[in-house]
Amino acid sequence: MSTETAHDTHAEHGMSTRGYIGIAVILAAITALEVSTYYVDFGPLFLPALLIMMVVKFFMVVSYFMHLKFDNKLFSWLFYAGLFLAVGVYVAALGTFHFFIR
Amino acid sequence: MVLPATGTQSGHHMAEVATHDAHVTSTGLSNVKLGMWLFLGSECLLFGGLISTYMLYRGRVSAGPTPEQIYDIPFTSVSSFVLLMSSLTMVLAVSAAQKKDDRGTNLWLAVTALLGATFVGGQVYEFTAFYNEGLGFTTSLFGSSFYTLTGFHGVHVTVGIIMLMALVAINKRSKVPGSKSETVEMIGLYWHFVDIVWIIIFTLVYLIPV
Repeated sequence: MSTETAHDTHAEHGMSTRGYIGIAVILAAITALEVSTYYVDFGPLFLPALLIMMVVKFFMVVSYFMHLKFDNKLFSWLFYAGLFLAVGVYVAALGTFHFFIR
Repeated sequence: MVLPATGTQSGHHMAEVATHDAHVTSTGLSNVKLGMWLFLGSECLLFGGLISTYMLYRGRVSAGPTPEQIYDIPFTSVSSFVLLMSSLTMVLAVSAAQKKDDRGTNLWLAVTALLGATFVGGQVYEFTAFYNEGLGFTTSLFGSSFYTLTGFHGVHVTVGIIMLMALVAINKRSKVPGSKSETVEMIGLYWHFVDIVWIIIFTLVYLIPV
């Protein structure tokens, strides 16, 4: 049995204050770009660009602000299991209702 | 599962463990943190269901205004930005708590609560404006699914604000039980989660037209 305590493993981790501010600036810039798609015609790139920006923002917050990138992999497994189960189940459900071919 | 400390540990170490109110666990990880990540994983299923329902019903407008007629993108963009920035202040609160900086922790927690309250205030304003423009909860399938999805999210943010304010009040009296930095981090995880859910809602609900 490990004699390591939960408190010990909960050591300081993550980034410096400057790093967090840098991530926030990138997130703000991506949000501004997202909003610009409402005013500027991106043509066929509109939908993929928006979805990619959404996914990038999502994983930046999860990885850096929620520290999953620096934390034990078990936490990642628990969260991503729920996330990917949800994505799989609901993409299948939407497909059943012909959502993607309308 | 919390297991008792082994006999190989010295008395000094045992006292240290008791002082920090930490536990030896079978994984070597905090059970509280494991539980929180499991909870957040299950919340993905809850919000996935609500978002999918909205995506199916957003074009079903038998009466009342359509999404294009009613959404105020500039206004929602500002409230989205406010919520996004509250994630920064939250992570600064966690960082301050890990450095045992009580003043900084309380300050950033309070700022996070204030930004969250601004977001919820914006949502109340939005709901009121939509209702006045003819979109009630039972007006159309679009209205029902929209209010259910964004309402559930708003309730989550409100619960987060209550937790943040309660933590500030308890921390000011120095009565946070267990590891203070871990408590702040757990509330932080919940707060960031409501932020990432809004990242998805903002794109799928507001920015992508029907």
